Amino acid sequence: MNRRLMFGIPLAVAAAGGAGFYAMLTRMGSGEFNPRGVPSALLGKPAPATSLPALLGHPGWTDAELRAGGTPLVVNFFASWCVPCAVEHPQFMALSRQGVRLLGVAYKDKPADAARFLARLGNPFAAVVQDWDGRAALEWGLFGVPETYVLDREARIRWRWAGAVTEQVMADELVPLLRQLA
Amino acid sequence: MSADPAEALPDPEREARAQAIGRELRCLVCQGQSIEDSNALFAVDMRRAVRERITAGDTDRQVMDWVTARYGDMVRLRPPVSAGTAALWASPVIFLAAGLGAALMLRRRRTAVTPLTEAEKARIAALRDE
Repeated sequence: MNRRLMFGIPLAVAAAGGAGFYAMLTRMGSGEFNPRGVPSALLGKPAPATSLPALLGHPGWTDAELRAGGTPLVVNFFASWCVPCAVEHPQFMALSRQGVRLLGVAYKDKPADAARFLARLGNPFAAVVQDWDGRAALEWGLFGVPETYVLDREARIRWRWAGAVTEQVMADELVPLLRQLA
Repeated sequence: MSADPAEALPDPEREARAQAIGRELRCLVCQGQSIEDSNALFAVDMRRAVRERITAGDTDRQVMDWVTARYGDMVRLRPPVSAGTAALWASPVIFLAAGLGAALMLRRRRTAVTPLTEAEKARIAALRDE
């Protein structure tokens, strides 16, 4: 075989592989690519039927309120035992001050612990329910906390974020999306 | 092997079905494990949901559809054959064909010896006669 090809083909394969890994690593570093990320199967679909009891000492929200539409909604699954939930909390406090409607779901948490979490860090939610056994979470396709969903004005799921909504995620994705949906 | 005997269905036949389905489902928070092999919250909840569907009378297919409607094809440890995964499933055949093709080409190159021209034959004959 042509000597130049015998040398060139493996070299080209190695160079392409290197470029691919480099792109993957930089995009992982910037948070654009998440190898553990699973795209939600519910994007573009109506929010799943969700009827849960109110969290201790808080107004709850009903399935009808969830799908009333008319305004975009942020639905957040959190737990007092979840560290990234505390990390993302200030972002939701800021959103709530800006008038965004947030609905909370306390996931697999003791009611008193979840209530204490909100008392200590502030409560960004218009209403909070509790999913004691995680049954409702399965309907949402949730695989851990925190997870955050954005519903458009027709109560369709438009965005899902698994993991903490950091300042950067909020600035790059959440705020522009909410502005677009408003 | 289901992690907790307490969560097993009383009917062994149904429990066997639940375990077979569970072994096909990826534990999304501990990738590479099935939900039958993991004790993550997600896996525990999914095992329970699968058993609830079976108790409610769902077929295996209906249980799988219930799960993938919520979690997508990613949750299946064996991805289904579809337009999106056709290349993935065909990849062993593609790579085998490419390898065979390359091997055949190399062999052919090696055996294809250019015959001597008349002038070369004459030169060899002349050298031999010396």
